Amino acid sequence: MIQQPADRRSALTPQLAVRVAVVGSFALAMFAIIFFRLWFLQVLSGTQYANAANTNRVRTIEIAAQRGEVIDRSGNLLVESRSAIDVQIVPADLPVAAEQSNLASPPPKDMALYRRLARVLGSSTRRTRCVVISYVDHQAVVHRYRLAAIPCAVAKKQAVLPFANVTVKQDVSRAVFYYLSERQSQFPGVQPQKVFRRSYPLHDVAAQLFGTVGPISPTQVDPKSIHDGIITKGRYKGLSENAIVGQSGLEDAYDKYLRGVDGKQNVQVDALGRFKGNLPPMGAIAGSTLKLSLDIRLQQAGEQALQTSVLSNPGANGGAFVAMNPQDGEIYAMGSYPTFDPNIFTHPLTQAQYDAQFGPTAGSPQFNRAIGGAGPDGSTFKPITATAALESGAWTVGSPYDDTGKFCQGLLCRRNAGGAANGVITLVDAIRVSSDTFFYNLGALTNVDPTKHPGGGALQQWAEKYGIGRQTGVDLPGEASGTLPSPRWRARRNRLEASCDNLTHPTALFPTHPHHKLAPGGCGLADGTNRPWSSGDNVSLAVGQGDVQVTPLQLADAYAAIANGGDIVRPHVGLEVDSPDGSVLQKIQPVPSRHIPINPSYLAAIRTGLREAASSAGGTSADVFGTFPEQVYGKTGTAQYNNQNDYAWYACFVPSWATKTPIVIVVTVERGGFGAIAAAPVARQMLSQWFFGKKGQYVAGKSTTL
Amino acid sequence: MNPLQLSQEQAQARTRPRTALLFDPLLVLAALGLVACSLITLRGPGKAKMPSHPLYYVEHQAIYVGIGVVIAILISRLDYSRLREYRYGFYAVMIVLNIVVYAMPPILGANRWIPLKLLNFQSSEFGKLLLIVSLSAFAVERSRRLHERRTTARIMLLALVPALIVIPQPDLGTGLVYVSIAVLMLVFAGTSWKQLTALCALFVAAIVFVLAAAPAVGVHVLKPYQQQRLVGFLHPSHDPGNQTYQITESLIALGSGGKSGRGLAHATQTGLGYLPEEQTDFIFAVLGETYGFVGAALVLSLYALMIWRALRILTMAKNLFGTLIAAGILGMLMFQVFVNVGMTAGIMPITGVPLPLMSYGGSSVLVTFIAIGLLQSIYIQARLSSSGKNRVLL
Repeated sequence: MIQQPADRRSALTPQLAVRVAVVGSFALAMFAIIFFRLWFLQVLSGTQYANAANTNRVRTIEIAAQRGEVIDRSGNLLVESRSAIDVQIVPADLPVAAEQSNLASPPPKDMALYRRLARVLGSSTRRTRCVVISYVDHQAVVHRYRLAAIPCAVAKKQAVLPFANVTVKQDVSRAVFYYLSERQSQFPGVQPQKVFRRSYPLHDVAAQLFGTVGPISPTQVDPKSIHDGIITKGRYKGLSENAIVGQSGLEDAYDKYLRGVDGKQNVQVDALGRFKGNLPPMGAIAGSTLKLSLDIRLQQAGEQALQTSVLSNPGANGGAFVAMNPQDGEIYAMGSYPTFDPNIFTHPLTQAQYDAQFGPTAGSPQFNRAIGGAGPDGSTFKPITATAALESGAWTVGSPYDDTGKFCQGLLCRRNAGGAANGVITLVDAIRVSSDTFFYNLGALTNVDPTKHPGGGALQQWAEKYGIGRQTGVDLPGEASGTLPSPRWRARRNRLEASCDNLTHPTALFPTHPHHKLAPGGCGLADGTNRPWSSGDNVSLAVGQGDVQVTPLQLADAYAAIANGGDIVRPHVGLEVDSPDGSVLQKIQPVPSRHIPINPSYLAAIRTGLREAASSAGGTSADVFGTFPEQVYGKTGTAQYNNQNDYAWYACFVPSWATKTPIVIVVTVERGGFGAIAAAPVARQMLSQWFFGKKGQYVAGKSTTL
Repeated sequence: MNPLQLSQEQAQARTRPRTALLFDPLLVLAALGLVACSLITLRGPGKAKMPSHPLYYVEHQAIYVGIGVVIAILISRLDYSRLREYRYGFYAVMIVLNIVVYAMPPILGANRWIPLKLLNFQSSEFGKLLLIVSLSAFAVERSRRLHERRTTARIMLLALVPALIVIPQPDLGTGLVYVSIAVLMLVFAGTSWKQLTALCALFVAAIVFVLAAAPAVGVHVLKPYQQQRLVGFLHPSHDPGNQTYQITESLIALGSGGKSGRGLAHATQTGLGYLPEEQTDFIFAVLGETYGFVGAALVLSLYALMIWRALRILTMAKNLFGTLIAAGILGMLMFQVFVNVGMTAGIMPITGVPLPLMSYGGSSVLVTFIAIGLLQSIYIQARLSSSGKNRVLL
């Protein structure tokens, strides 16, 4: 095609037609592709993109549910929830999302944000030592970084729960809340969050019972079961990974009632994260109120009396008490000394503060000795021995025994405390005066051939029925089961001791084992002589000495059975779950664990012995309770414990036939000395409070029996 | 060479047309239809970005359209053939305008505009028209040697020079429009397929060089964000600078529109500012979200109509100059429509080219209307010359 420069030309040439066709086809093909693409996007996948658009404009703010209150049986407030504002960091929403890989040196954009935030919160921007612990296959890995306070907090949390929010400051002012809320575009990933914090108006009263609340920790939930921030498996199913749950004590045991249901506020935001309006909220449902069976006046009286006892008996440094309804297991009071004020946990503690409160010299104030502190219970064990001896026919109610003050087996002789000789006595007398030789004898009589009866004889059987060596099933975590020694138990201890001695490195079972073999007995599990069960073991058990370990609560449960005629009740602190407006949602009435069939005449004899011990002349606690207007049945105990001062015990009850408000009380004072001197006066003040509303004077007993 | 072959249409046009009403009605329909769609669609971005003056974009766009229509009518009455004489001037003005912007204060980090009272004058936009006219004139000048390799090389070079000036403004999109204008002109100027194929091979080589070879030796032709966009397009999962954000939001907007759209009140992608550049580069996503597949299909049909008319007018032109101007305009329209809609629908990388007549912006609207005026002029001149009245109207 040759064109003239004059540029006149004819219309469509064949060549031009071909090119028009080519370009036209190309355009047609492009339109077709775009049409199909739009068809696919808009018609076929429209719903999916519509959902994406909806999530795009909606940010969800979690509304923390107010955790339920805890009240005592008459409605006195024990634990409440106070609202506060925390500042949290949402790692995924930071300018550059925080990830495991950038924890040590956060990206510059994030660092700039942290600095801005630090200025608002008044926290330090100086880099200091930051120890971050992460877990690889459950093995802790320690990283040492140098970071300012905020990035350090982010790193610490991210290392264990990668997507959970990080609280960088607690209890900020309203001003800070509004400042940050209004400047979300300047503070991406920073979220001021309304939270509820536990508060304990009575401070250290019953502190060990309540336990603590805290964020779910990585050991409590399988990280693989977290989808979109929601836990899908296990105990915390359905909760957010940021949820605050009970971590110990009643908070843990009744968590599902107390925690309530967190709400959600969906907020419409624009692309810069600016607030554009609320969508209908899903309100939080406040947690239920937990009503405890505790009587807070009795609790306070008990704690004060226990403290008086500990302070007035040189060497004493701890103790516990339990007061319970012997008929249904409602715990009226449960205390442990030393104690602490749980309010201090509502703010972050420095290591130094923590050590001062809870360090090795503080005597473990968080430890609930009433359910966790197991030890030999001394003569308070004797009613159990009496039951076993009578039921097995080894002894009868009226049989006389000549108490010469000395009980010998071969060359080994044991004596009564103070060398007293009580003469010819019956079982009732033996309980009243707490004759050791009498019960040594019963121990010897109920011993059986360990090779034929590895589980032990009547004493072990009846002790187990009473609940020695097994948990009571109380509604509190951390209950110890104690120890009931038997031939089988002793053989197992000997085996364990031998294997521990022969180890050359720590193991899971013996984590503190040194890197060398130990001399026989070096592990302290047995004496290393590998001696088998002997009659002497049974004799020690008969008076609650030696290897037996009993918690105050177990003993209270056993005495409750004596008081109520053989029902082993299930002790419980929880009484009711109430709605926040006070109506009862659920009553907590556990049925007794079991009934032990004790011959009524034997039971009567034991009760008589206990009654006389607390009231008649010569009774071990008669000088404490002789003048007490109510019918107290009580037994002192003084446990010898290695090379320490004796542990004082007192177990008593006022039964249902003597009062409308029956009660069983067990008191123990560690290293307090004699039961009548250190423990019985605490019980008396508690009973006085219980029956007369005032605890009266602290009257120390004089009896020095064991 | 060939005997005069008249199409049926031209034969009918021999009956003397009424010159005042002589124009291509379908092209007018396409243009005004698109303008109407644009004004309706622009209510969304206005509501989102200018809550105090929600009709800001609509009103301003209407003013630009009004000016554009007047200019288009004037141009359509002109014989475009006269423009051949000014080819050197046009080319020089284009180069100068595109260089002048580098001396202007940058807007949003880009040196693309000369701030004027009515509008920010975007040199590269007007450069498209100047390039089309001057390039067509240069081609006509060498019309006897159009099959020669040198001619092809010269025309490409004449387009590449302004493209390379425009790309660092940065305006990669318009630079590529310049190139596509030249390519379509070559196609319709009768360049041999062999040379066109060689040109394609050169392009592929250049792209490989720009993307792979040059960065490897430390020369970065593309800006980092441009490179990230390309990487983000090719590998959506590997997105270091979050460059796929725009495309993700655009797809959500289009998809959530569904068949018939979410309506102005419920188009949250538009209304809450999730869409980037919603009044300009991503106007098609706004359209898709607000009016759904129906709205998008309508607008696409109008573009198809416009492109068909451009092709038709190209074949009618009374001379090669007219054919090549129409070819250049066709190249400009096709590139902008396909690249912009393709980008919005996630099948093309992100390049900032406006969607003709839909995107908000004075320069773009005026340039498109001038282009339509030129097409109309070509149409009118063709009708007049075929009816034997070889004369101009004005």
